[in-house]
Amino acid sequence: MARIRIEDLSKDYITANKTLVHAVKHADLTVENGEVVVIIGPSGSGKSTLLRSVNKLENPSDGKIFIDEDEVTNPHVDLRKIREEVGMVFQSFNLFPHLTVMENITLAPVKVRKISQKKAAENAMNLLKLVGLEEKADVHPPQLSGGQQQRVAIARALAMEPKVMLFDEPTSALDPEMIKEVLDVMLKLAKSGMTMLLVTHEMGFAKAAASKVVFMDDGRIVEVGTPDEVFSHPKSDRTKQFLEHIL
Amino acid sequence: MEKQPFDNETAKIQKIRDQVVSVDLTAQKKRALTIQMTDGVLIPRKDDGHVLNSWRITFFSAIILLASLVMFKPQPYRDIFMVTIKGTPVTFQATIFAILGALVIGTATGLGSVSKRRWVNMLSGVYVELIRGIPLLVQLIFIYYAMGRFFRIQGMAAAVVALSICFGAYMGEIVRAGIQAIPKGQMEAAIALGLSRSQAFRYVILPQTVKVILPAIGNEFISMLKDSSLVSAIALSDILRKGREYISRTFLSLETMLVVALIYLIITLLLSRLVGLLEERLHKNG
Ligand SMILES: Nc1ncnc2c1ncn2[C@@H]1O[C@H](COP(=O)(O)OP(=O)(O)OP(=O)(O)O)[C@@H](O)[C@H]1O
Ligand SMILES: [Mg+2]
Repeated sequence: MARIRIEDLSKDYITANKTLVHAVKHADLTVENGEVVVIIGPSGSGKSTLLRSVNKLENPSDGKIFIDEDEVTNPHVDLRKIREEVGMVFQSFNLFPHLTVMENITLAPVKVRKISQKKAAENAMNLLKLVGLEEKADVHPPQLSGGQQQRVAIARALAMEPKVMLFDEPTSALDPEMIKEVLDVMLKLAKSGMTMLLVTHEMGFAKAAASKVVFMDDGRIVEVGTPDEVFSHPKSDRTKQFLEHIL
Repeated sequence: MEKQPFDNETAKIQKIRDQVVSVDLTAQKKRALTIQMTDGVLIPRKDDGHVLNSWRITFFSAIILLASLVMFKPQPYRDIFMVTIKGTPVTFQATIFAILGALVIGTATGLGSVSKRRWVNMLSGVYVELIRGIPLLVQLIFIYYAMGRFFRIQGMAAAVVALSICFGAYMGEIVRAGIQAIPKGQMEAAIALGLSRSQAFRYVILPQTVKVILPAIGNEFISMLKDSSLVSAIALSDILRKGREYISRTFLSLETMLVVALIYLIITLLLSRLVGLLEERLHKNG
């Protein structure tokens, strides 16, 4: 069974001036266990909306989403249980500035998973080693560089031992020289077999790690294929145009 | 579908609105580091030379005036001063207790106004509207009498309750603004980790809010210190009451009120400078 299954998903927004925006239109997508799926597409094409529907940060208008056998879109589902299983990394890091790096990472395991502070701190230390920041445990996030903050954010999400990791443009807010350190961590994660669904325009990463690339335009999934298929032999004209535009 | 940049902008604003967290269109604009409330005293800060200078002039003039009155015209000013100053502890006591009460009510109201439960929302809203629409003096006297009639509470306790209820509404607005000043990504990150909304408020949002609203609370404290004089007429032996008692004995109304005014002024100015220093400290610590 697929790890993430998105079936006929649609999301409409009503804007401030009461017009309807169809942000996502009838999208179908599956992510198998251990797959890395990269979503690309122009601004406003609905990538974030699709991604954020998976842990219900957005409330879809229609369609279904499953994570393993749990239906995320079922109104009676315990969303907290699902969110525990789904890690999320944001473009703007969203670390908690009033807490130290260590506290950022241990907060959810201690308060939600109810594991002991000591055990949580041990795990956190291991994760900080994984992302190469073990000496920053007692620092507050605003004192870190963007790249370091994003690596902490990844560690924070991993601390809940999620089945799935979502990334929404994790490197777009970073200075160019810091992008690689974050992508390296993400590559490591991909190699370790983590199931990942991400929005990114880092083609290098997509080529190296993606099992599938998804091209979205105007709310629709236009094309799905291996990185080679989508980047080198795109079927649709829209995909071609888009790739010419960004490469 | 081609969208104009403007549409995109409104869509973005809408996006902010529709988030799990924020309910206020202007939340994004208010993302300042500190919340400034417009009523109340001016807060002198180092970076605001104009206000700081006026502060210096007023503060030192007040001190010098009071000191010279007491020293060079001890008859009757020394007398008046010695009597009225005895009201200071009561003024402070009432203010400190009432500000604590207002903080409790204000936190509840602030949380209520960002709550997703309609009726909780409504309740906070009605409370705030009600309080803000009635003159402070009228409310204070009303609550004061109501406390006496229904709970047999009088004096200091009743005054504190009355002040807490009245200032709780303003405090609630401060807390709400403070919560909305926290970027929405904070709540999103917290619930994405599996925290409940109340856990997110407790561990993530409110600790950051406190820092943001501390200067505004300082302002409220000063306002309350002044406005506590309103209940004195009926309840407290504070600075103003002492003065009025003195007047009723000696009929030196203008002289006494001059001293009373100067004492309030000096305390208020002193405190406002303290709040200014506090703000400077907060800014330095990021
Ligand atoms: N809360 C919202 N209210 C109204 N419209 C929204 C909202 N969120 C998104 N939209 C609109 O839905 C469409 C899809 O937005 P989305 O953020 O998913 O696009 P995206 O592909 O992630 O774009 P970007 O590359 O700029 O991040 C856009 O037209 C956007 O303006
Ligand atoms: Mg996006």
